[in-house]
Amino acid sequence: MRRYGDFDAAEDAVQEALLAATTRWPADGVPEQPMAWLVRTASRRLIDQWRSDESRRAREAAVAPSEAAPPTAPEGDDTLLLLFLCCHPSLTPGSAIPLTLRAVGGLTTAEIARAFLVPEPTMAQRISRAKQRIRDSGLGFEMPSDDELADRLRPVLRVLYLIFNEGYASSEGPDLQRAELADEAIRLNRMLLQALPDEPEVLGLLALMLLTDARREARTDASGDLVPLPEQDRSRWDRTRITEGLALIDRATGSGRVGEYRLQAAIAALHDSAPTAEQTDWPQIAGLYRLLEEVTGSPVVTLSRAVAVAMADGPQAGMALLDTVEEPLQGFYRLEAIRAHLLEMAGDTDGAVARFRAAAARTTSLPEQRYLMRQAQRLEAARA
Amino acid sequence: MSKFVLIVNFQGGTVDTPMEEWKPDEVQAHLNYYRDLNAELRASGELLETAVLAGPDVAKIVTSNGKGAPVVTDGPFQEFKEWLAGYQIVDVESEARALEIAGLISAVPGPNGIPLEQPIQVRELMESSPRTTAEMADWLETVGGTR
Repeated sequence: MRRYGDFDAAEDAVQEALLAATTRWPADGVPEQPMAWLVRTASRRLIDQWRSDESRRAREAAVAPSEAAPPTAPEGDDTLLLLFLCCHPSLTPGSAIPLTLRAVGGLTTAEIARAFLVPEPTMAQRISRAKQRIRDSGLGFEMPSDDELADRLRPVLRVLYLIFNEGYASSEGPDLQRAELADEAIRLNRMLLQALPDEPEVLGLLALMLLTDARREARTDASGDLVPLPEQDRSRWDRTRITEGLALIDRATGSGRVGEYRLQAAIAALHDSAPTAEQTDWPQIAGLYRLLEEVTGSPVVTLSRAVAVAMADGPQAGMALLDTVEEPLQGFYRLEAIRAHLLEMAGDTDGAVARFRAAAARTTSLPEQRYLMRQAQRLEAARA
Repeated sequence: MSKFVLIVNFQGGTVDTPMEEWKPDEVQAHLNYYRDLNAELRASGELLETAVLAGPDVAKIVTSNGKGAPVVTDGPFQEFKEWLAGYQIVDVESEARALEIAGLISAVPGPNGIPLEQPIQVRELMESSPRTTAEMADWLETVGGTR
C-alpha cells in the first residue's frame, strides 16, 4: 500500500508540474530551470516504479522460471512526454542520448559520463545544453497530435536505437556499463510500447533489440575477441528473447506501412531462425535489405545488402553492388571489410588480404581491428 | 561520437612575422578568438581538454635504464616551427565536425586580423588502448600504414 501511496504522490507531482507548465509557460515565458524538477520528480518516480518492477519480476521468475516476464512500464503520458522532449528533433544524437538517459532513464550524470568515456563536467554540459536548446526551440510541452506523432516518434526511436547500439555494438569502455546501456534501451522501449501499444515501429524496434540482444553472449569468445555471426555458437543464443521478438513481429504484422525498424527486425528474425549460416534465407534477407534501402536511402544499408546478395547469388553480384556505394562510403572501414570478405569468397586471396588490412587500419576499435587482422593473417597462413 | 586531438605547432601559416612583433591589439584579438572558440566548444560539450605548452627552453628529455637515476638532458633539438605549441581534445559527432573545428582554429587571426591559415594536425584517438599483446601487434602493424 505504501508503494502505491508514493506512486500516487509522485504521479500527482508530475501531473501538476506538467499542468503548470502547459498553462503558464506560454503566457509567462519559460522559467529558468523548467526541466529540472519535472525531470527530478519524474525520474524519481520511475526509479521507484522500476524497483517495484524488479521485485515483481523476481517474484514472477520464482513462480514461473521458464516464462518471459516483461516488466510493466509505468503508464501515463508524463513518461512519454518526457521521452518526446528528450528526443527533440532539434537535438543531435550526442545531446539527446545523454539527456534521455538522465531524465527518463534515471542514470546519474557520472554514470553516463563513464559509459561514454568523457569527463563528468563535459557530460553535464551536454545535458544542460540540450535542455537549453529545448527551451530555446519554443516547442510546447504538450503531446504531439496524431498528425505529428509519426514525425515526433522518429527521433525517439532513433535515440533508443542508438543507445542500444552503443551498448551492444561497442566493445569499448567498462563492459558492465555498456551492457547496461543495451538493457536500458530495451527497458525504455518497453515503456514506450506500453504507452503506444499499436505503433508498428515501436513494436519493430523492440523486436529488433531483443532479436539482436539474444546473440550478445555468443558475440565474443572466451578471450574477448569478436565472433562474427556465421561462426557464432547458436546454442548460446537467448531463446527467450528470440521468442519474444518473434511474437512482437507477429503483433505488428499487417499494420501500416513497413518502416525501417520492422524491416531490420524481420532480417534479424531470419538470422535468429536459421539453424546455420548456410541455411539462412539469404534471398529473402537481400529482398528485405532492398526495401530497407528504399526506406532509409542509406548507402550503409547497401553494404549489408551486398553481403546477402553475395550469399544468395555469388560474390560477383555482391561486389557489383559495393561499386555503387564506393564514392559515398570512401574510407569507411566496413566498406573495405565487406569487400575483403567478398574477394575471399571469389577466391582472390591477395585482394582480400589487402582489403582486410586496409579496413583494420581505418577502424578506431581495437576489437574490430583485431578481428580484421586475424582474417588477413588467416588468409596469409593458408596461402603460405 | 569520436575523439580527436587537434594539434597546433609554431608553424606560422601565411604569416612570417613572429608574434612578438604583432601589435598588442592584434595579439589580443588572436587570444580572444581562442577564448571564444574554446568557450563555445566547452558549452557545446565537445571540448574535453585544451592546453598551451611551456616553451622549448624548459623542455627536457628523460631516459632511464630502470635501475639508476633517470638521465635528464635538454632537447629535443628541432626546428622551432616543429615544436608543439598546444592542443585541443574534442569529442564530436563526426570526423567532419572535427575538421570543421580544425578549420576554425586554422583561421585564427594574425596581424591586421588576417587569418593565419596555420596547419592543424587532426588525429583520431583509438577508443581504447591495447590491453593484450595481440591487440598491440595488430595496432603496430596497422599504424605502419597502407599509405
